[in-house]
Amino acid sequence: MAVITVTINDELVSGRTGQSLLELVRERGIDLPTLCHLDGLEERGGCRLCMVEVGATNRLAAACVTPAQEGMVIYTHSERLVRYRRMILELLFAERNHVCAVCVMNGRCELQREAYTIGMDHVRYDYLTPDLPMDASHERFVIDHNRCILCTRCVRVCDSVEGAHTWDVMGRGVNCRVITDLHQPWGSSRSCTSCGKCVQVCPTGALHAKGSSVAEMVKHHDFLQWILDGREKKQWATRNGDPVEGGR
Amino acid sequence: MNRADLQTMAQREQEKQARFQCRLLCCASTPCLSSGGAAVQQALQDAIKESEASAEVAVVSTGCMGPCSRGPVVTVQVQGEDDVYYENVTPETARQIVADHALAGQPVQEKLLPSDLPFFAKQTKVVLSNSGLIDPERLEDYVARGGYLALAYALREMTPEEVCVEISQSGLRGRGGAGYPTGLKWDLVRKAPSDKKYVVANGDEGDPGAYMDRTLMESDPHRVLEGMAIAGYAVGAEQGFIYVRGEYPVAAKRLERAIRAAERRGLLGSRVLDSSFSFRIDIRIGAGAFVCGEETALMASIMGRRGQPVPRPPYPAQSGLWGHPTLINNVETFGNIVPIIEHGAQWYAGIGTEKSKGTKIFALAGKVENTGLIEVPMGITLREIVFDIGGGIPDGREFKAAQTGGPSGGCIPPQFLDTKVDYESLKALGSIMGSGGLIVMDDQSCMPDVAKFFMEFCMDESCGKCVPCRVGTVQMYRILQRITDGSATLQDLENLEDLCTMVRETSLCGLGQSAPNPVLSTLKYFRNEYEDHIERRTCEAGVCEMTEVPVMALVEELPRRIRAAA
Ligand SMILES: Cc1cc2nc3c(=O)[nH]c(=O)nc-3n(C[C@H](O)[C@H](O)[C@H](O)COP(=O)(O)O)c2cc1C
Ligand code: SF4
Ligand code: SF4
Ligand code: FES
Repeated sequence: MAVITVTINDELVSGRTGQSLLELVRERGIDLPTLCHLDGLEERGGCRLCMVEVGATNRLAAACVTPAQEGMVIYTHSERLVRYRRMILELLFAERNHVCAVCVMNGRCELQREAYTIGMDHVRYDYLTPDLPMDASHERFVIDHNRCILCTRCVRVCDSVEGAHTWDVMGRGVNCRVITDLHQPWGSSRSCTSCGKCVQVCPTGALHAKGSSVAEMVKHHDFLQWILDGREKKQWATRNGDPVEGGR
Repeated sequence: MNRADLQTMAQREQEKQARFQCRLLCCASTPCLSSGGAAVQQALQDAIKESEASAEVAVVSTGCMGPCSRGPVVTVQVQGEDDVYYENVTPETARQIVADHALAGQPVQEKLLPSDLPFFAKQTKVVLSNSGLIDPERLEDYVARGGYLALAYALREMTPEEVCVEISQSGLRGRGGAGYPTGLKWDLVRKAPSDKKYVVANGDEGDPGAYMDRTLMESDPHRVLEGMAIAGYAVGAEQGFIYVRGEYPVAAKRLERAIRAAERRGLLGSRVLDSSFSFRIDIRIGAGAFVCGEETALMASIMGRRGQPVPRPPYPAQSGLWGHPTLINNVETFGNIVPIIEHGAQWYAGIGTEKSKGTKIFALAGKVENTGLIEVPMGITLREIVFDIGGGIPDGREFKAAQTGGPSGGCIPPQFLDTKVDYESLKALGSIMGSGGLIVMDDQSCMPDVAKFFMEFCMDESCGKCVPCRVGTVQMYRILQRITDGSATLQDLENLEDLCTMVRETSLCGLGQSAPNPVLSTLKYFRNEYEDHIERRTCEAGVCEMTEVPVMALVEELPRRIRAAA
């Protein structure tokens, strides 16, 4: 793979062709917010938090889906970008019912973390307060649509890692909803293997284990890399017999 | 079938048509059908049968003739005379036309459309040259007017590279909205290394009020097919798809028939015109999502996936359908290919302006005397379109704005009526050429209300994939709703403008990126109207009822309302 040079925030950084801007930025140790991206899943480019400024054109590009190219000049934290990111987070908080104080993921939620990292202290848009259900028909897991940000990590992990494709999206615009088996109760799903991968990758409290109460839910992502390394490189590295734990 | 057979077929059909003393062309496009065209055609046929004139007079069911608001339209062709048009034809008029005009040579005066109408005189029919003159369901009609000769010529006399060069030199640009140079796109796909490639015609046409592509598919389906086949030859594809909007059943049916007729005669399918080139075309029907007009969403839909855009690059020319290089062009773009091959790139480049060549079809709608479908050379002024072709604003009212580009476009105010209509000029005004919707508005239109209409459209049609468009359009719509009901504050206006720029710059696909355009362009030229709504709570056009008050003013308003209700 050819070596390329990219200028990130006025510093020269070398990378390899085929890398995304996001990989390069992260390798550099720069903290770029992301919500739909998750290492190990195919990219979606939907949350738009990872937008960076590209070169003299002044155009924005989503770092997760933009291939790094020789000579690119990018900025990751300009005033404009930070302002836009905050607006996007506010839009997400206004879209559904994100009541952190009573959420199972309070304190560990990725949406919450991005919001306080950027200093979002209020939402200037109308709360849409949609009337959304929960589905607790599965014996071990619950989906609470009030907390879902439609990142589709659950859809992607279920399809491409577990191979079950239980999850999908229905509707359009703000009426989108993730569904199981053509909109049947999760508990009656014939395709769901109850592996729990969707629950582990969900960034918010939307998917959680049954019985968890406020701020109790802990999720692990590292199983993903472990499975992928195992499949692709035949390395099944473990620590005490378990996949290496942690999560960003 | 080979080239000689094609010419024989053309000749035979021409001779057959010449045997009729008089031909009555009756429009069977959607607008005329919905105003009673089928009954008119039946009446024409009955009258001919009754007067036993079937040998001299023929009724032909054709595609669109243009003046759709005056439909049903009938054209009378008498040998050796100029064509005569009739408007608002009823079954009674139809019988009269047969008795007086077709058989006795006396035109029926009251429903006559003057032939020197600027509506016709200012148009240049290149893409629509067959439209309204041929029966779209008969291959022979198309062949009699030179159909499939361009394909035969390209296959025999030109290399694929030469075809791409010819299209490049013609200066043709994509008619789907963005105006990307067509020849360049073809050449990219041609050069893309792959053993399998695809050609896709985008007939999803979703802009409210636009029906250029529908008309072309309904009125001259073979032209689209021939253009696609030439494209297939040029880029090295053996399979094409036409993606037809679900609401266009007539277009889909006519295309389906046309494909079958062409395949039967060896004009499509394997070994086209006895050459080594094979090209199949299949139809895919949309399911009513505007976003499926966006090329990546359209391809997802063709592949049976959820119709949602995916980030580019990779562009379809690199990796499209099933990962193979794919050429995707608008239906009208394909409609331009045959005339370019037929008359040459130089001829085509002679029409239009420096950077925008050829003609553009517009669906003229709104507050003008003549609404309908028009084809005009690029570079014509808006004034000519609105006041000459369109016949001006009815009821002596004032022209206020012309909206082009639908939900992705903007409003052009009167001071720019003399702007030339081409890609760059419209863009400079904050609008776009778009796919061809052109809505004329008079002083009874309220601009914030117009902006709200288009924002509601984008909000409903947002696919929901990316946050700025999915939620941003809802928030922008709510602010516009407050502005038009009297409850907005200046803070709302500021939030609206911030949202507009953010959504434009961060959305994933063209739908979100252009959704703020109607707001931005009306803010640019009609800011005073927004301010009137907010600061004075008045709507000059008298459209908005302004029954609400800002939340902070409720303290004073509520007692007043209670007193009024008591
Ligand atoms: C939201 C959206 C809707 C679109 N709808 C259409 C459409 O209905 N018809 C069309 O030809 N192009 C449409 N386009 C443009 C296509 O993505 C694409 O650019 C076009 O088909 C390319 O053809 P052209 O080069 O011949 O213009 C749309 C684009 C967007 C972003
Ligand atoms: S349920 Fe969780 S993982 Fe799935 S789309 Fe919603 S927020 Fe994302
Ligand atoms: S801009 Fe709108 S339509 Fe386009 S991908 Fe985003 S949500 Fe979907
Ligand atoms: S992480 Fe790139 S768009 Fe969501």
